[in-house]
Amino acid sequence: MPMESTLKTTGSDALKYMGAQPLRYAKQFRSFARKRRFAAFWLVVVGILVFISIAAPIVAPDDPNVPDFKKVTQGPDSSNFFGTDFLGRDVLSRVIYGGRSSLVIAVTSIILGIGLGSLWGMVSGYMGGKTDLISQRLLEILMAIPGLILAMMLAFILGASTTTLIMAIAFTRIAFGARVIRSVTLSVRETAYVEAARSIGAPTWRVMVFHVAPQTFAPFLVLFTTNVGIAILIESALGFIGLGIAPPTATWGNMLGEAASHLEPFWWLVFFPGLLITVTVLSINLAADGLQDALDPRGRGRI
Amino acid sequence: MTQQETASEVLKNDANITPLVDLRNLKVHFPITSGILFARTVGHVKAVDDVSLHINPGETLGLVGESGSGKTTLGRAALRLVEPTAGEVIFDGEDLTKLSGGEMRHRRRQMGIVFQDPYGSLNPRMTAGSMIGEPLKIHKLHSSKADYKKQIGDLLEIVGLSRAMADRYPHEFSGGQRQRIGVARALAGKPRFLVLDEPVSALDVSIQAQLINLLQDLQDEFNLTYLLIAHDLSVVRHISDRIAVMYLGKVVEIANYKDLYDNPLHPYTQALLSAIPLPDRTLERSRERIILKGDIPSPRNPPSGCVFHTRCPIAVEECKTTIPTMREIAPEHHAACIQL
Repeated sequence: MPMESTLKTTGSDALKYMGAQPLRYAKQFRSFARKRRFAAFWLVVVGILVFISIAAPIVAPDDPNVPDFKKVTQGPDSSNFFGTDFLGRDVLSRVIYGGRSSLVIAVTSIILGIGLGSLWGMVSGYMGGKTDLISQRLLEILMAIPGLILAMMLAFILGASTTTLIMAIAFTRIAFGARVIRSVTLSVRETAYVEAARSIGAPTWRVMVFHVAPQTFAPFLVLFTTNVGIAILIESALGFIGLGIAPPTATWGNMLGEAASHLEPFWWLVFFPGLLITVTVLSINLAADGLQDALDPRGRGRI
Repeated sequence: MTQQETASEVLKNDANITPLVDLRNLKVHFPITSGILFARTVGHVKAVDDVSLHINPGETLGLVGESGSGKTTLGRAALRLVEPTAGEVIFDGEDLTKLSGGEMRHRRRQMGIVFQDPYGSLNPRMTAGSMIGEPLKIHKLHSSKADYKKQIGDLLEIVGLSRAMADRYPHEFSGGQRQRIGVARALAGKPRFLVLDEPVSALDVSIQAQLINLLQDLQDEFNLTYLLIAHDLSVVRHISDRIAVMYLGKVVEIANYKDLYDNPLHPYTQALLSAIPLPDRTLERSRERIILKGDIPSPRNPPSGCVFHTRCPIAVEECKTTIPTMREIAPEHHAACIQL
């Protein structure tokens, strides 16, 4: 039987089978950039923010935690581009290091929360029956409490540290991961290839790991990106009201909180952390939107 | 009870052969539930209702019937891919319905299924090789990594593909090639019994012939027993030894393929066969076609008595009340109709 020797691989197909050829990543991005310029631009912004956070010790002009009482609350000038705070610390350096902690907390809590939720959703959806019924009622209870309030409550009970903060934010995300992945699992469960796997005697774990889980990759990616933005907001809000990371460690939230605790906040102490939160959340959400469109098989989208 | 008698009667007729697959009074009823929190059953869809039939080793039993008659459900139930509501599924002398989940998984090596849809039946994120190799891994049928690779290559060649195709993904294959991969996967465990669920109906006519020939060759080579589910009557005639006709969850007639086509007894079979177009124009024009009125009734609320009486051209008053049983009307020719 003759076969076409050079089968053209489309972008979304390439993403489906990524891992097969790591070389394809660059190609995929180029094609994504061509077809979705807007989303690609914001994806680049996300990339820059992530890079700056990782390279904070190199990029930051100053130590973020060393006070300099000779130049307290100075506005932006040529030596301190973003000005200095009440203890004379460089705001630019604090914003860079603050972004580092904010992103680390957001990303780890989302990996944990959405990961656990996805696992729960997949098991619940695949098992069905009573397991599913009880899980779904539990998730509904969890979803009924607003994320910020739940995280606040947990952070308050567990006490403020990086670990507990991550756990608190992760906990609020479980239900969202579970819901989405469960719905994907419900449709995958009915496919012929899942039945085929059962027909050859595959045990349940095998069907879930090899046949169900890979199909949930695209929705997982979208869930992940959209929720990172929410996690940054929750972290900032907790930092602002003093339930987040304790000073002197900088996060965008506690920088805003510190600035607001003074009678007359200096504009650069509010503006720069606020701007960074806005840009980060916005760029992540817009990039995620584009990614979601590109990965939606019904939209015939291409990366 | 009468059905049970029929089942034993069928057995008696070829007492010297033990059937490989023997379905006894098989019922598959799907509950219809309403309510979200406290689901209650408001009725049943009787997809398969009290069916008894057997398949001898090495033979092909064709199963025909229109959409919704329960053919596919019967095929799934024979492999216990759907749980039968009642009845027995005897495979090689052992009742599958009584096995535990683990024991059943172990037995699955000996049986397989080929699906209708060549696009839906392959996992889009697995290579052809890893899908064909999955039964080998599950049942630990390979001695080493090299042996695993070799067996996959052999299987690909058996179904007429090349060894090099093992690393390709399903979207890189045509429909006919995908169906061959499906066959290779079903064969990997060296099964004795295959359910072919409309294996060719999604393919081009030219590819259909190739696949049917392949299935026939494989049957000879590996001494396979087939349950062929189809609605293409000419395909069924071509490869079946015996044919069972299903209507609304019940088998209405079973006979040798020749007897069934030459001398159909049940009025439904007669109507079904008269729907086959004849290649000869004059014959086609002159022949008498039996056209059934209306649609197949809902299996949720099947007619009383004989389920076919609502559309039967020869129905009488008695048909509304009497449930017909399978009787041997001619040698090796069973039908369920009170007027025969």
